[in-house]
Amino acid sequence: MAGGAASGGTQGREYRAVALPLLLPAWLVIGIFMVLPVLLMGVYSFLTKEFRGGVIWDFTLAAYDQFFVYRGLFGDEPPTLEWTYITIFWRSIWQAGLATALCLAVGFPTAWFIATRPVRTRTMWLFLITVPYWVNLLIRTVSLKFLIRDNGPLNEGLMALGLIDGPLPLVNTNLAVQLGLFYSYLPFMVLPIYAAVERYDFALSEAAADLYAGRWTTLREIVLPAVRPGIVAGAILVFVPSLGAFLAPDLLGGAKTYMIGSLIDEQFRGSQGNWPFGAAAAMILMTLVLIALILYARAQGRGRPA
Amino acid sequence: MRGVRHYPGFGAVTAGCLVLLYAPLVVIAVYSFNGSASITQWGGFSWRWYVDVFTGPESGRFGQAAWNSITIALLAATAATVIALSAALAMVRAGSFRGRSATFALVNLPLMVPEIITAVATLIFFTAIGLRTGYLTILIAHITFCIPFAYLPIAARMQGIEGVYEQAARDLYATRWQAFRLILLPLVMPGVVSGYLLAFIISLDDFIITNFVKGAGMETLPTAIFGSVKQGIKPNIMAISTMLLAVSAIFVTLSYFINRVGQRARG
Amino acid sequence: MRLLTTTAAAIVALAGAAQAEGKLSVYHWFEYIPQELVDKFTAETGIEVTIDTYDSNEAMLASLKAGKMGQYDVAVPGDYMVQIMAGEGLLDTFAPAEIANFGNIAPQWLDVPFDPGRQSSIPYQWGSTSFSVNRDVYPGDIGSLAIIFDPPAELSGKINVLDSQGEVLALGSIYLGIPQCSQDRAQLKALNDMLLAAKTHWASFGSDTAKDVLVSGDAAAGMIYNGFSSKARAEGANVEYAYPKEGFVVWMDNVVLLKDAPNRDNAIKFMNFLLDPQNAAAVTNYAAYTAGVTGVEPFLDEAIRTSPENNPPADAPAGSFIAVCDEETQKLYDAIWTNLKK
Repeated sequence: MAGGAASGGTQGREYRAVALPLLLPAWLVIGIFMVLPVLLMGVYSFLTKEFRGGVIWDFTLAAYDQFFVYRGLFGDEPPTLEWTYITIFWRSIWQAGLATALCLAVGFPTAWFIATRPVRTRTMWLFLITVPYWVNLLIRTVSLKFLIRDNGPLNEGLMALGLIDGPLPLVNTNLAVQLGLFYSYLPFMVLPIYAAVERYDFALSEAAADLYAGRWTTLREIVLPAVRPGIVAGAILVFVPSLGAFLAPDLLGGAKTYMIGSLIDEQFRGSQGNWPFGAAAAMILMTLVLIALILYARAQGRGRPA
Repeated sequence: MRGVRHYPGFGAVTAGCLVLLYAPLVVIAVYSFNGSASITQWGGFSWRWYVDVFTGPESGRFGQAAWNSITIALLAATAATVIALSAALAMVRAGSFRGRSATFALVNLPLMVPEIITAVATLIFFTAIGLRTGYLTILIAHITFCIPFAYLPIAARMQGIEGVYEQAARDLYATRWQAFRLILLPLVMPGVVSGYLLAFIISLDDFIITNFVKGAGMETLPTAIFGSVKQGIKPNIMAISTMLLAVSAIFVTLSYFINRVGQRARG
Repeated sequence: MRLLTTTAAAIVALAGAAQAEGKLSVYHWFEYIPQELVDKFTAETGIEVTIDTYDSNEAMLASLKAGKMGQYDVAVPGDYMVQIMAGEGLLDTFAPAEIANFGNIAPQWLDVPFDPGRQSSIPYQWGSTSFSVNRDVYPGDIGSLAIIFDPPAELSGKINVLDSQGEVLALGSIYLGIPQCSQDRAQLKALNDMLLAAKTHWASFGSDTAKDVLVSGDAAAGMIYNGFSSKARAEGANVEYAYPKEGFVVWMDNVVLLKDAPNRDNAIKFMNFLLDPQNAAAVTNYAAYTAGVTGVEPFLDEAIRTSPENNPPADAPAGSFIAVCDEETQKLYDAIWTNLKK
């Protein structure tokens, strides 16, 4: 069950000859229209902030200093480690991690279910999962908020059924934020897992069953390792965007505390107008994610099961 | 056979999933027929908001915005999928090569950059190289940030396909292109469809980046409706959303029948 | 005579519409100008108008500075932002004589501190920011900012505040009776501590959602703009807008002429058009704020003209603009805000 990456051999040589032209479009498009702008932002993070937005071309470490060093409200106390932004980062990472776990817990069974439908209906099931996303995220989120608010249909329905005495406080809680993130990114988990599970060879499960492995043991020991590339792809697609998400969390969670996304957004679109600091926070975030991804890619490249 | 495919509760989770996904849309669809302008009061059944979408003072704007949104999403998703498929071929099929990890990071870079950073930096970049903002700049930006969404499902799928199939084809004197088109591509298709769909919805949804890189007067649906939605969704926006859903429902039905015909044709 | 002039106007309008007189590119807030009024301008002048929107003064500034200067003719910044944009050299100037309706500007809005002598801007709408309370939930006295910053038990945990540093810190300062751009440590410390204590009573931060949360009942009290509050009332919420005894924030949005405007002449025509009392009134009827133009009263909807939100009680104190602090001072306020939301 070695992943395709390790399937190497003749196959590897076959495509290695054309690897360059195959990679060129991605390199060019991302290299020009993403790497160059991001490098520019990297430079900005070392520039002096212009009051109320913009930069002055004087190099300084002020933005990183603001991120890591605390000198008191008035800037004259002995420098200590600044916890404010680390806390905001940690909170966002934690939220994104939870959202990813939730999406996986629900997304895997859904992907499995779809992959085991008759072939001709599978595409239709994929559409069924993605069709709600034709409607703008903001509209769906506002509508979700309408559903779960204190006097919304969910609470009124539960009360009418006598299941609860008073409304469940959902809006402006962390639970609502989780629900919002889950709702925003579910298909990004389901579709990659589906793509992997659809390829899964069920004969393996049958072989395991013949050897008296239980259903859930088979799932854990045979299926999950086999479809791991799909799970990893889904996890990346949910976790990374969740880190920077702020629209759904703000609307559903009440925006009482910054997330990474809203902190950076504030520096450009809010009244703080501190572009270098926003750029620095983004660089720190990207460095963290980049390290994680490269470690993963290295592990994969060394031929471990992907 | 059914035994190993079936896991108790998976169907129920899927059903729950669909209920959750569609419940907010039901609210939108129902209230798009609301005679009153407020979401809190039901003012009787009415078509007035649908009439408003087509004949109201903003009808031209909405129509143009919807057209831009859908064409940009189709073009961006197509381009991103082709680029991603080609990159995935090299990444998954060429074994390990120098710069493989770096390329993996590069392809996923658009995912990592916070949207507002992409937005501001891209606008500054476009201005610096003298590219005038408009349809083209939106399209370029969308293609770029759609690539990882298309790439990851395709690569995940490709990793599950052993090289022996293509090798067999090559041994039977198929050209490299034939082996790809006739053997690998059909096998990798579910990944391509998944990636395409994700790229499509991510493009259709984008507000922050589009709002920065679009030219004056260019609108996509998100930029045209954002303000009024944040202030509480207006019924005419609900009508537009419901019509979009109807259009997509037609696509679903079509895909179902096309698949069925395709299956029959193949016997 | 009247019939004659309207007919003449209609003929001119038709003639104008027939031959496109060019374009005008407007950078405007979301939901702040009725489409009918834009169509009327096009019918009268033949000028095609495109409108792009933004959701905060700072978002507009950021996108202009990132490269959109030269694409738009006019924008509609708030008072303090006019001053900032002028300081950044983003504004063009005009002579009063260029705008025939310049004389319609209400006298008190003519020589404003953020644009002395009105060299680059004309009034669009003005209003106030304080708070509203759902009277079904809390029928008591709402004459003090304590409702937001030290609320009664009935409102605790049911308050929305604007997600806007300027307004929250300004109202907080007004509540404590300290100046807006203070550098006094004791005062800033007091502001910081007061806000942190007040936050424990707040349910959410939200600016665009300020009206929606009051209408839906998610919040029972909330910081809000006066016109937004009257819209909430119109949508059936039993809310009352307060003019607190400590004071409140006054703001004015202004149409500014941008530097490098591609259609400067048309921009001047548009500004002239907006200073016509009938047109200014159309905006007011739509947005529920107040025009800075004399002679609008006959054209105002009765409900808008007499709304309690737009007509402060006689004993209401004067409101204050949000002050533009210098960079060193602003840093302290930024720190307080970040501390509040960390």
